[in-house]
Amino acid sequence: MENRFHTVVVKVENKAGVLARVSGLFARRGFNIDSLAVAPTDDDNFSRITFVVDVESAPLEQVVKQLDKLINVVEITELDPAHSVERELMLVTVRVDGEGRGAILDLVQIFDATVLNVGHDQMMLSLSGSPGRIDDFEDLVRPYGIEELQRTGRVALPKLAKTEQPTDSQKD
Amino acid sequence: MMTNGGDALIKALELEGVEVMFGLPGGAILPVYDPIIDSSIRHILVRHEQGAGHMASGYAHATGRPGVVMVTSGPAATNMVTPLLDAYMDSVPMVCITGQVAYSAIGTDAFQEADTTGITMSATKHNFLVTEAKDIAQTIHEAFHIATTGRPGPVLVDIPKNLVNPVDPSSQCEWAEPSAPDLPGYNPLLEPDPKLVAEAAELILAAERPVIYAGGGILRSRAAEALYAFAELVQIPVVTTLMARGAFPDSHELNLGMPGMHGNYTAVMAMQQSDLLIALGSRFDDRVTGKLDGFASDAKIIHVDIDPAELGKVRRPDVGIQADARLAIEALIAAVSELGGSDAQADCKAWRSTLSGWQERFPLVYQDAAPGEALKPQMVMEALRDASPDDTIVTSGVGQHQMWASQFWKFDYPYTWINSGGLGTMGFSIPAAIGAKVGMPDRTVWAVDGDGCFQMTAQELVTASMEKIPIKVALFNNGYLGMVRQWQEMFYEERFSEVYLSRDVPDYKMWSEAMGCAAIRVDSPEEVEPAIAKANEINDRPVVVEFRTDPVEKVFPMVPAGASNDALMVDPSQRKG
Repeated sequence: MENRFHTVVVKVENKAGVLARVSGLFARRGFNIDSLAVAPTDDDNFSRITFVVDVESAPLEQVVKQLDKLINVVEITELDPAHSVERELMLVTVRVDGEGRGAILDLVQIFDATVLNVGHDQMMLSLSGSPGRIDDFEDLVRPYGIEELQRTGRVALPKLAKTEQPTDSQKD
Repeated sequence: MMTNGGDALIKALELEGVEVMFGLPGGAILPVYDPIIDSSIRHILVRHEQGAGHMASGYAHATGRPGVVMVTSGPAATNMVTPLLDAYMDSVPMVCITGQVAYSAIGTDAFQEADTTGITMSATKHNFLVTEAKDIAQTIHEAFHIATTGRPGPVLVDIPKNLVNPVDPSSQCEWAEPSAPDLPGYNPLLEPDPKLVAEAAELILAAERPVIYAGGGILRSRAAEALYAFAELVQIPVVTTLMARGAFPDSHELNLGMPGMHGNYTAVMAMQQSDLLIALGSRFDDRVTGKLDGFASDAKIIHVDIDPAELGKVRRPDVGIQADARLAIEALIAAVSELGGSDAQADCKAWRSTLSGWQERFPLVYQDAAPGEALKPQMVMEALRDASPDDTIVTSGVGQHQMWASQFWKFDYPYTWINSGGLGTMGFSIPAAIGAKVGMPDRTVWAVDGDGCFQMTAQELVTASMEKIPIKVALFNNGYLGMVRQWQEMFYEERFSEVYLSRDVPDYKMWSEAMGCAAIRVDSPEEVEPAIAKANEINDRPVVVEFRTDPVEKVFPMVPAGASNDALMVDPSQRKG
């Protein structure tokens, strides 16, 4: 991942309009939000907004300070990709003809993806994992013909202190 | 006790200690104007909502208490956008209540509907859309808390009509006394970090060319006395920014005056050549720094601000202290004293003699008018200053007259200078003066205004007449948008484009009289003093003195836009050969 991409996790009060306040601070500076995920935390009073922005570090520092000034923002964490675990979910509908079906199912097995729905000449798959792994899967199924594709935007948490390298089952 | 949203709103405002509010009724806020009749709160009926906003601002500047505005939905709310942003830029505590269409009609393009919270999101410190009547009192309490604590600013509360309309069932609610604000994301830090204070104290004692760079935060934190004690202790010269005029007495020998684009030579150059800038509640505004690359290149920076987003925003500080200015200055006094006080200070004699040399060589000057020539605005300002009480409150619009007021008035008291510094809102002067006079009725209040500014908000003189608020207006009529004219003369080869307004239309004397004011027109120098004396005696109604001033007069010194402060242009008479 390039240095310009930053993952910022903002814990906010779970109230109407808060997302607009947060995203507005980026919009007014012309910063594009690359990915965004929002959901309540374990405590329903708060939500966690995870976004990835394409911006240099110095202006980002200023935006983070301005975000902190928003009354509804409780906490801000900037996550270094090297020290965090990121996950994303993708739903994709691919075209399958007679021969392609077997190859697609091989990819499903290799990536531990899931077949959600099967049609006459289409198949809907889902895959969750690190953004890089999802990029790989997307590239591999693309030649068969992607009808529709939807990614959630990433969510992330910092790696635990003194954790070992991710095990195979985490498939990072 | 059962109540309704409208009654709860007025009661909540009374509980906050509100004595006066500025506003104008209309459809969506109409039900709230009924309980106002029985309330202890004085309501001042304005002629345009923008006026209400600047009045609230003037009131807050002068008294330190939050200004309160109440207007209706839609166009009234959009008319409030300018004063809200103005207050936000200058950190003025304000609470604005706007009516909104009924909750069920929001988003339907209803009559006089505007997305008020959306529109004002970046013009306020915070805003609220109330959705249930029972939340009104608590929201008002939180709005005042946010507006007045930390870095102060405007807070807007948008209230749908159905919540305040007693005939609507959704307005009925149980009255509950507001409780402590529930704002988990808002905990302004006030106390300075002692470690950083100690570091700052060492820099202060070691500096040979130090300057205190005092900003508007001194006034917001009521830190003028602390600043005085600090400056006296360390004998370090003080520059007072446009927002901080009066925060340190102009008559004090350590006061170098205003820095920046139209600052005086000594204040500007002291910052440029300083080895330590002690920034207290100031924010390195572009009008102060000029071209950033060339600003105070040798200076280390101590930056005290209550808003952590200001630290490093423009210039990276060597010591950045997030704190209330008053508490930080008091801590600095203690830390410096502990290290030996002035006895432990580096020798600053050479610095002081450099500064006094500049002060002698480059005082603020202007050329007197030759017989038959038009009035010099600077001369009028000096005459006004000399004929008015020392604690006179001066408000100003934006432009040349604002700079001359800041330069030539002598501010020896805090909270006596009220202007629109950050946003630069033309038309600020008259409504701000009305608000200040309402808050400080025993003070003389002079609104210094230009003819361009006057035409933007003059209708509030009707408000002043009807509400018996006897402000005084010094109208500097040069027939031009003077500051723009100055730029076109200096930087656009005298190609004057759309800056001429006319000196005679409107007839300001007739207009002022039509609005219920006393009015005096002054054309020649000998009329100046008698006119001011007469104006100072009129206290039963507003008075407008129109001074017809020289249209070609320019504000000096001046740093050309985009240039380094080293390129400061002094008055032509002070330039070499």
